[in-house]
This record gives sequence, structure tokens and C-alpha cells, in this order.
Amino acid sequence: MKIFLPLIAVLALVGIALAGVELANLQVFFGIVIPYAALAVFLGGLVYRVLKWARSPVPFRITLSCGQQKTHPWIKSSTLDNPHSTAGVIGRMALEILFFRSLFRNTRLELRKGPKLSYEWEKWLWLAALAFHYAFLMILLRHLRFFTVPVPFFVNALDQLDGFFQISVPALYLSDIILVAAATYLFLRRIVIPQIKYISLPADYFPLFLILGLATSGILMRYLLRVDVEAIKELTIGLAAFRPVVPAGIGSLFYVHLFLVSVLFAYFPFSKLMHLGGIFLSPTRNLANNNRMRRHINPWNYPVKVHTYDEYEEEFRDKMQAAGLPLEREASGDLKPAGLPLEKE
Amino acid sequence: MSDIPESIPKPEQLGVIDQQLPRSDWMDTPVVFKHGSYCYSAKSKFMSYLDLPNPRDWSPMDKDWKLPNDWQRIIHEGLRERLSKYRSLKVFMDICVRCGACADKCHFFIGSGDPKNMPVLRAELLRSVYRKDFTTAGKILGKIAGARELTVDVLKEWYYYFYQCTECRRCSVFCPYGIDTAEITMLARELLNLVGLNIGWTIEPCANCFRTGNHLGIQPHGFADSIEFAVDELEEITGIRVDAPINKKGAEILFITPSADYFASPHYYTLLGYLALFHEIGLDYTWSTFASEGGNFGLFTSHEMIKRLNAKMYAEAKRLGVKWILGGECGHMWRVVHQYMDTMNGPADFLQEPVSPITGTRFENARSTKMVHITEFTSDLIRNNKLKLDPSRNNHWRATFHDSCNPARALGLFEEPRYVIRNVCNNFFEMPDNTIREQTFCCGSGAGLGNDENMEMRLRGGLPRANAVRHVHEKHGVNILLCMCAIDKATLPPLMEYWVPGVEVGGIHELVANALVLTGEKERTTDVRGEPLMKEEDTKDV
Repeated sequence: MKIFLPLIAVLALVGIALAGVELANLQVFFGIVIPYAALAVFLGGLVYRVLKWARSPVPFRITLSCGQQKTHPWIKSSTLDNPHSTAGVIGRMALEILFFRSLFRNTRLELRKGPKLSYEWEKWLWLAALAFHYAFLMILLRHLRFFTVPVPFFVNALDQLDGFFQISVPALYLSDIILVAAATYLFLRRIVIPQIKYISLPADYFPLFLILGLATSGILMRYLLRVDVEAIKELTIGLAAFRPVVPAGIGSLFYVHLFLVSVLFAYFPFSKLMHLGGIFLSPTRNLANNNRMRRHINPWNYPVKVHTYDEYEEEFRDKMQAAGLPLEREASGDLKPAGLPLEKE
Repeated sequence: MSDIPESIPKPEQLGVIDQQLPRSDWMDTPVVFKHGSYCYSAKSKFMSYLDLPNPRDWSPMDKDWKLPNDWQRIIHEGLRERLSKYRSLKVFMDICVRCGACADKCHFFIGSGDPKNMPVLRAELLRSVYRKDFTTAGKILGKIAGARELTVDVLKEWYYYFYQCTECRRCSVFCPYGIDTAEITMLARELLNLVGLNIGWTIEPCANCFRTGNHLGIQPHGFADSIEFAVDELEEITGIRVDAPINKKGAEILFITPSADYFASPHYYTLLGYLALFHEIGLDYTWSTFASEGGNFGLFTSHEMIKRLNAKMYAEAKRLGVKWILGGECGHMWRVVHQYMDTMNGPADFLQEPVSPITGTRFENARSTKMVHITEFTSDLIRNNKLKLDPSRNNHWRATFHDSCNPARALGLFEEPRYVIRNVCNNFFEMPDNTIREQTFCCGSGAGLGNDENMEMRLRGGLPRANAVRHVHEKHGVNILLCMCAIDKATLPPLMEYWVPGVEVGGIHELVANALVLTGEKERTTDVRGEPLMKEEDTKDV
């Protein structure tokens, strides 16, 4: 259920786009209305979610220290894993965001008879995740050539780089292969590793299927079922310039691709994909571990009921006196006792 | 005498870990309270003393938990309030991708095989309810969106699993987004508190601590007796009678340590170390009966309770007029001091930036809280050659060091303890890399789970720690596991007895006590435990 439902949902999305264009001739709807709406939902949703998070304060610094703290000058402290300054925090966040540093630490537990435990080398998840995200970024940037005239130099450069191995005509993009391979790996580990399968929700499969569908439609268009690139560019440039037109003769496959992209964008802010924004706000990582050096303020701090020394002395005065302990007052004052006496059983 | 009850299965049985997952989805698998794996409820009198909601006598095994009538509303409101107060909670509810990197990092999952002990699922127990109540998709799609209704069964599941997390934060080290399960557990426990679902082993210490200043409920005269007894004992071992001032106004430094140090074993040997050290360097310090506890079980109860219990430290420092506070070997005390104290109980502007009166070292890393960790202090003394040490007096110990979770993952206090150990002990061996420093494994009994009714789970949860100790025990003949946390010192001995017989547990300042050459001391024949020291010829064979 958890796997098939998202799969059916993605296939249904493909069907909707195909039917909409082939049967109902809704080119304008799928080519213009939906993409604009999706973009609006994406941007609006992104801002909304980030602001919603940011509205809640960070009352306490709960930084996780993964390295030596800054103390004595003769002990080398870990500026990146246990930063005490803003520069260190920026370094730490950069390592997290650009290189997935925490995931790099991953190990796999081996449980043998005895019982004996060991922790084995495990970098596949890190590697697949990194490959997946960078391939996605590359593809996204490459797509800028559809939205720009003239195409910026860096987009052309990326294009060249990506198609460096001219395996086919048109040149086979490395990023396409990497994206599909990595997404497939991420999907397979969800169904092959029993524990991962157990924790996975439909919301984990849906974006994977959606992205695989997206990649497949893109690859099909480029290498197998050729579409009219000129016409597509006319549409995309029009969209980018807010003067949308729908040229005739664009194959239905393109609308499928565009629809899946639109769904992904609209789905993004309301799903786990928001980890993109969330990672910047994670309080265990984005704060300096300087809690004892600098005072931090809790904006909703409120007074609490405490047990004062006077109340304490009032209750134990006789015993303290007998034990020869110094007292604030020699005799009982007008203070009330601390509360019900609690004798140990 | 064994600390392990007869009813606990033997290690051969407990070591066979069933990793079979249930056939049913986790949402459809109700919790089963297994004997030996859950915590008893808090007694009503302790809850009343602390003005906690819904005090009553009940047991988790009862069918009816005597919840307030509108318990669902209370939890819903409580969650709403906490989402608005803690960005951590809000972000952690939303961004998990269930990659599973945390799954096999939890000692309770490793030792029990129970999938709901995977940190990701522990968090999902709360997240599923959050989705149902606070997200549009959850409201509309329900289970498809991973959402579920908050029922009594879910609440019971929360009780079982949120009181089966030691808040050690090991999983968070591996999380690509830094999702801190301890933070989720802490806030989930606050929600449970709102409807009166507390465990006895946290609430009784809290009530005691609130009243007497320490977890064990030791009253001022008992405290004074205990310190006096230690002074006598130290005199017997060393021939030196030390001065141990209590509640002394105008002392330079207030010393606060967990109450177990002056009442339990092996903690007690560490206490002898403090006393000897402070005497030898001539420290102008004082103990306090009112602030006679470093630990704070509020951390395992609620943020409000942390603040209520910790207030005494600064209050007492102010009353006594000390310059700064020195803290003893304690685990979660240091997490509280480091992450919460200044914010909650500060500013400590009546204190001065800590400076060691012996070496003149300024503790800049503690310039706001004015609280210094004992290993920071002692390592500085050693570095500046202020102590005469004879490490050969510890030659009968072959030591390894357990990084306690809280100083490790909240402060990053790794080198100071090691520096002290290397200077007082000739035989020191590290456990494997994946099990120390920020990757250290919990003792399996932190966060209020160190009770005896939970013994089976403690032994299961402590398996990864024990396994690493066994590795160095077999490889290097390690016979003592050093640590700097009172809960470790209380719960590691039965863990060792069970999984790695032949390994004792000790504190860092216990070995300092052995190695420290006191001015004018008599010739020592035993260590602080009364064990004979190795003779010269024995030493050569090692």
C-alpha cells in the first residue's frame, strides 16, 4: 500500500497530463496556467514555511558538539565540529549543506553472535544522497538555457561539462545517468533494507517516483522520442518573460514532463522536501557552542516557583544548629515552612 | 553481592537479539508493556509536593490510567504551545526524510531490536499526532500522510518509548539535519507531564532535590556527617586531616557535585579525590548543604523543572558571596549548566569571571556562567606543574575512559579528562573510535531510567557500551572503566558485572586521589578503595 499508492498517484499524474493535452486540448492550461500556479505555490509556500518556523524562537542553545570545545589554549579545539564563533558556524553549516558531513559519519551496525557488535564502513547512503542532489542541481541549472536568450556562459559551460563524454548524439548527460541511478538506489534501499522499509511512509516514495517520472520523461524527450525543441523554447521563454504563448506542435510528452515538474514544485513546500529550508534553521547545527561564554536570552522566560534558602533554613534550622552548621538566623522567623514535610519511607 | 536480580535472563539469552520486525505496520502495532522494560509511575505525594498536574496513585499496568477527562485537549494545547515556543520542535517535526541513518545508532534499538527504538520511529510517535492535528495534509489524508489520531493506546506508547530514551543524543550526531531526538523526547515528556504521566525515578529525586537540595533527600546534618566521614577515611589512608568547610560565607569558590558522590560507591572514592586535591592546593572553597546537588532531574521532566531546581546554585553562590562555582564529575548537570543555566537562572553578574587561584588561569570559556568543570580545573593544575603526582600508584589499574554523553555531546569535553587520566595513570587504553568521544555510547540508564524495574532494558541498552569495554578488556586487560558522571558510576557497575565481569568502575578524581602525593602524607600501602598498591617488582612485569 505504502509503495503502490504513491506509484499509482504518479502514474495518474502522467495520465492526467496526457489526457488533458491529447483528448481535451488543454495546452494552455498545462503549458501556462499550471506552471505559473505551481511556481506561485512554490515560492509562496517556501516563504510561508520558513517564516512559520522562524516565528518560533530558539530559547535555548542546544548545539551538538562533535569535537573538542574551546577551553585551554594548549588544547586544540575543533572550530568546525564544535564552533565557538560565527565563522566556525558558517564553516560547519557549509560542510553540512555542501558535503552532507553528518551523513558522512554514517556507519553500519554488524551484530554477530556472542553478542559482538562492530560498526562497518558505510558511505553508500552519503554517496547516493550527494550524487542525487548535485545531479539535480546540475540539471536544474542546465535547464536555464530554455529560459534565457542569450544563454549565459556558465549554463553553456555546465552543459559542456555535463556532456563531456560524447557517448551519443545528442551528447549523453552524466547528470541524467547519475540522477536516475542515485534515485533508483535510494528507492531500492527503501524496499530492500527491512528497517528502512518499515519506517518509510507514502510520503517517502511519492517524491522518488515523481522525480524518476520526471527524469524518465526528460530522457525520453531528449534521446528517443524527439520533440520540437524550438517550439518548447518559444513556450518557456514566453513563460519566463511573462508573455506566454503556446506554439503548436509540441509533443504531449513535453506536457507530461512540465506537469510533473509543476507538481513537484507545488508539493515541495508542504512535504519533507522542505528539509532544504529546514537544514538552515536546525538549532543543533547552526549555533555557536559558546553557552558558557555568552549569555543567551529566552524571549518567553517566566518566573517559576523555587525553594528559597530561607524556607530551607526554616525547615531544617534545628538540625543544622545541632550539626554546628552556620545559620542566617538563630531562631525561627516569621517565614512559612517550605511545604508538607516529606519523610523518606 | 549482585546488583542483577535473579529474574533477568542470562547474558547468553539476552544477547540473542530478535531483529525480526512485526508483520504489521508500526502504527497498527500496539505497545506491550514488557516486564523489566518500563518505568514505574511517580507517587502522588511527590507530584503534589512539586504541584504537578493530576497527582494520583496508578500503575502503567492498570487498564485505566486515571487521565483527566479532557486529556486530549490538554495535550493538543500543550503541543501547540511548545511548537510556538521551540523552533527546534517545529523544525524537527517537519524535516525528517526518514533516511534511516539514525536507526542503528541507538543503544536501545541495538540491544532490543524493537523498531520503535529507532530514533526515527520514536520521533514519528509524536510526529504522527502532530501531522493529524497541525498539518493540512494530515487532516485530509490521515494515514496516507503518516498521520494518526491521539488515542489512549498512542499515549501509552508515548509513555513506554519516551521513557525508554536516555536523551543521549548519539543519533543526532549522524542525522543530516541535526534532528535531536533528545529534544523531541524532552518535549514529549513535558506533554505526558501535563496529564500526570510521570515516572517515579525522576519525580522522587526532583521532589527531594527541591526540598533538601539533593536527589537523595539528605538533610543538612546528614550531609555534614557524610563529609566528615570522608575526611576521617581520607585521614586513615593518607595520614592527612583535610579541612572541608560547609556553608562558609566568603569562601572564594563554591563546589557543587552530585549527591551520589558523598553517599554511593564507587562515587565516594571520587569524593576523596576532591577533598585531597582541594587540601593539597590550599583552595579557599566551600561545600553547601542547600546546593548539595549538581544533577538536575528536571532535565528529564520539563524545562520548568530544570529552572526550579537549578535556581539554588546561583542563589547559594550569591548568599555565600563566592567568586565563582566549581562543578564536580556529573553528566547531565553539565548539560544543564552549559545549555540552560545562564539563560534560565542568570545573569550571574554577582559572580566574577573564573580564575584559578593557584595558576592564575582565566577560564574564558566560562566567563558568563562562572561555572568551571573539575577536569578543566585539574588539567590546568597539572599542566602548570602544581601537583606532585605518582602515577605508579595506579599501576594496578588498566584503565579505559567512557565519555559520558552529556559532557561529550553538549560541551565537547574530550581532552581535559584524558589529559588528567594520562598524568595519573600509566596504563590507559582507548575503546574503538566509533564508541568514544562524540560517538560515545550511553550507559543505557540516563534520563531517569536507572531504576531497577527497568533492569532488563538497561542491560540491553548498555550492551554497545559494554561490548566496547569488553573489546579493550580482552585486548589490553583493562580492569577499570573511568567516567565522570554520577549516573554512569551508579549504573555501569551492574552493566559490567553482567556483560564484562572483571571490570570495575571508577571516577577520574579517584585515580587523582591515588596518584596525588600530599605534603606530609604517610607512606601509602593501599589505594582509596583499600586495595593494596602494587609493589615495585610487580610493576616491572606489567
